[in-house]
Amino acid sequence: MKRPQADNSPDTGGQMDRRTFLQTSLLASGALLIGVGHADTASGAEQAGESWAPNLYLRIEADNRVTIVSKNPEAGQGVKTAFPMVVAECLDVDWQQVRVEQAPLDDRYGRQVVGGSRGTPDGWDDLRIAGTAARQLLIAAAAVRWGVQPAECSTANGSVNHAASGRTAAYAALRGTAATLPVPEVASLELKSRPEEFRLLGRFVPGVDNPKILTGQPLFGCDTRLDGMLYAVFEKCPTFGGKVRSANIEQIRALPGITHAFVVEGTDNLAGLMPGVAIVATSWWEANAARRQLKIDWATSHADSSEEYERQAAALKEQPGETLRADGDVEKALGAAVKIVEASYYYPFVSHANLEPQNCTALFHESGKLELWAPSQYPKGGRQLVAETLGIPEDRIHVNLVRIGGGFGRRLVNDFMVEAAWIAREVRRPVQLQWTREDDMRHDFYRPAAWHHFRAGIDADGRMSAFDHHFISFGRDGKPVSGAGLSPDHYPAGLVPNFRLRQSLIETHVPTGPWRSPGHSAYCWAYQSFFDEVALAAGRDQLDFRLDLLSRSFGEPPLDLARTSGTLRVAAEKAGWGRKLSANRGLGMAFHFDHGGFVSHVAEVVATGNAVHVEKVWSGIDIGPVINLSGARNQVEGCVVDALSTAQLEITFADGAAQQGNFDQYGLLRINQAPEVECHFIQSDNSPSGLGEPPFAPATPAIANAIFAATGTRIRELPFRRAGISV
Amino acid sequence: MAEISLKINGVSRSLDVPDDMPLLWALRDKLNLVGTKYGCGIGLCGSCTVLVNGSPVQACNIKAAALQDKEITTIEGLSPDGSHPVQRAWNDEDVPQCGYCQAGQVLAATALLARTPQPTDTDIDNAMAGILCRCGTYPRIRKAIKRAAGYMTSPGGES
Ligand code: FES
Ligand code: FES
Repeated sequence: MKRPQADNSPDTGGQMDRRTFLQTSLLASGALLIGVGHADTASGAEQAGESWAPNLYLRIEADNRVTIVSKNPEAGQGVKTAFPMVVAECLDVDWQQVRVEQAPLDDRYGRQVVGGSRGTPDGWDDLRIAGTAARQLLIAAAAVRWGVQPAECSTANGSVNHAASGRTAAYAALRGTAATLPVPEVASLELKSRPEEFRLLGRFVPGVDNPKILTGQPLFGCDTRLDGMLYAVFEKCPTFGGKVRSANIEQIRALPGITHAFVVEGTDNLAGLMPGVAIVATSWWEANAARRQLKIDWATSHADSSEEYERQAAALKEQPGETLRADGDVEKALGAAVKIVEASYYYPFVSHANLEPQNCTALFHESGKLELWAPSQYPKGGRQLVAETLGIPEDRIHVNLVRIGGGFGRRLVNDFMVEAAWIAREVRRPVQLQWTREDDMRHDFYRPAAWHHFRAGIDADGRMSAFDHHFISFGRDGKPVSGAGLSPDHYPAGLVPNFRLRQSLIETHVPTGPWRSPGHSAYCWAYQSFFDEVALAAGRDQLDFRLDLLSRSFGEPPLDLARTSGTLRVAAEKAGWGRKLSANRGLGMAFHFDHGGFVSHVAEVVATGNAVHVEKVWSGIDIGPVINLSGARNQVEGCVVDALSTAQLEITFADGAAQQGNFDQYGLLRINQAPEVECHFIQSDNSPSGLGEPPFAPATPAIANAIFAATGTRIRELPFRRAGISV
Repeated sequence: MAEISLKINGVSRSLDVPDDMPLLWALRDKLNLVGTKYGCGIGLCGSCTVLVNGSPVQACNIKAAALQDKEITTIEGLSPDGSHPVQRAWNDEDVPQCGYCQAGQVLAATALLARTPQPTDTDIDNAMAGILCRCGTYPRIRKAIKRAAGYMTSPGGES
């Protein structure tokens, strides 16, 4: 079977040379539908004909409400609120008039993914086009109706007004006329793009699902309830990839509440249907209770362990590794340096630990049709995987999108979908597969560990003249595993005249995958902590050193220097960088750029011995215009908390299996440990980018650098406790 | 298996449950009250928090059969229209990200405010530290509790 790419595969459109089309129609319900669609330029003409279906819809209903279809899954990143806000802004309707409908997986919608902070940039144009075109069409309809010029009309809160005659018409009253008019040319639309033009965007708008969340209405995948539904657990081999030799199935079948128990032979695809034993019961509790009696003889084929990884990493450090990039002459520059700084950094594997453990509900109809309710960040990939594994054509599989109890990249891999689908086809009843917390933590696609060995040369001006970096991470067949790569063009490449990056890889059998801001969320800490060491050795102020580093480039700059410096200046200024602090307090800073967003943080910590409390974090953020101020701040706050949390955690392996299973061994941050976060957005008319990831990466080093300032302890290994620091 | 009777959100419900079934699964799988969430199953995350006679209890950690003479409040029963001051404050501060932990957070905060109408930061830490939020909404939970305290002291308070 083909191994689906777990990493950046959820990717379509955007780059292609596309043409955008508009379409309107009057529905049987009386609603006016306005759709935006794309076709690549070659086939655009035909696609705009009969069969063409738009990939974004809005409907003006008879009661003057506006329904906006939200096509992407919602995992807490706020897209289900932010997208409709953009349409409402351009359409000029009151937010209270807007209703949001969750779309199922449907190819007509194009990319339906939560990942890579791509939702916002991808949707920005379509959403504005839909709203702006609809508004223009309604103005045209009013002008025809009243026999006036469109230019004499204006809109407000879902009505068209003609000031000269005092006439006004609600959008709903113009549906019929609007449907008969030609749709506006996309190219002629004037799209709002500057923050000062916005009326709704940039405001603090609570999430559209809040009423359901706060009254406990069914919303999440695990809330799905179907008539006659059964509940399943699925036991897989603790050692990744292990196969079932035999199991005491008969004994399990006899236990209370159990309706089915069977071996699933599975495949070799770590990101697909792994071998295991399914137990199905009339309640989940009974299925899981029976599982405790389960005895499986497993056939395993490796015994990966963290200790062994460490031994290999130490040996590889002495090898040259593969050179991924070499600018200038690093050795010569180091030889000429006034000072050389050398340090090694290490971070461990970590788990996603979504609070909603993986689950999926499936119903196999006698007709051969399969229906799924899947909390997936990448439902299309899941449908493909199910189709391939079960041999069901994709057009016979319907995927309903449900709210996701935390994504962070874990649910870009759809193993839980194929398991549920397989079990449902076996039992021919609706089934909900619910993983335990232990299943979730022991069968994750972990963020890989890595070792970074740095050497930097400082010249007579106190600048970094050379940067030598040996990066050791994990691979398979000579290539970094999912989530482990490091781009040769990542800064400080391009910011120092002499630069070298070498890579060595350790073979692993552990499943890995994208983890919130893949790669960046880990190595930014190593870089920005090491910069602190270099600045210190050069006798320079941290802010001054970093701004200087961002003041020049050698060849193509690896990031926008002005926007990056801008965020750093804002964070430093708001934090009062340079102010006098008592001896047990410290400030630390870091900048970063990933997934289209520029973020710098300054953290303040207070220490009592080696116990530190992160009191406050000031953030400077440039992501273009802010769409929903609430959602944007929530992501920044959440990223900072997540970064501090993750810096306390590690997953280790022994005998080919993860050693942590629940929150007693993987203790997420609690409220008493969480800092206050103050956000400062630099509003610009660059196109907006997402915020689910960019604030994470620089948070860990800003905090670690502040801990150094407060305690004198430089953290070079994560989790913090390895350096004796507790938070 | 035994037939038991539970008083949930003011309504008596009889149900057949295995003797050792925790309240969490009786609610979710037997009564389809799915607002109470499973996060860890062993009392570590607080996602399953409900109120028993007004005090927060982890529903994964207590047998349904042991609660027959108690008043159980789940998120569905706090106020079905979302008008309880804690629910309003939670919406006005827009606390949820993914939202999965929030039923537990809201109920724990409700119990805190019933005991301590004007909680300090330390009171909040003590009452809320048992309830994990993977998305990191802690700064907002703190603000929302203070806002709810305000709504409760000015009846019909601003929203
Ligand atoms: S599910 Fe009950 S405390 Fe976690
Ligand atoms: S909002 Fe996602 S776990 Fe709290």
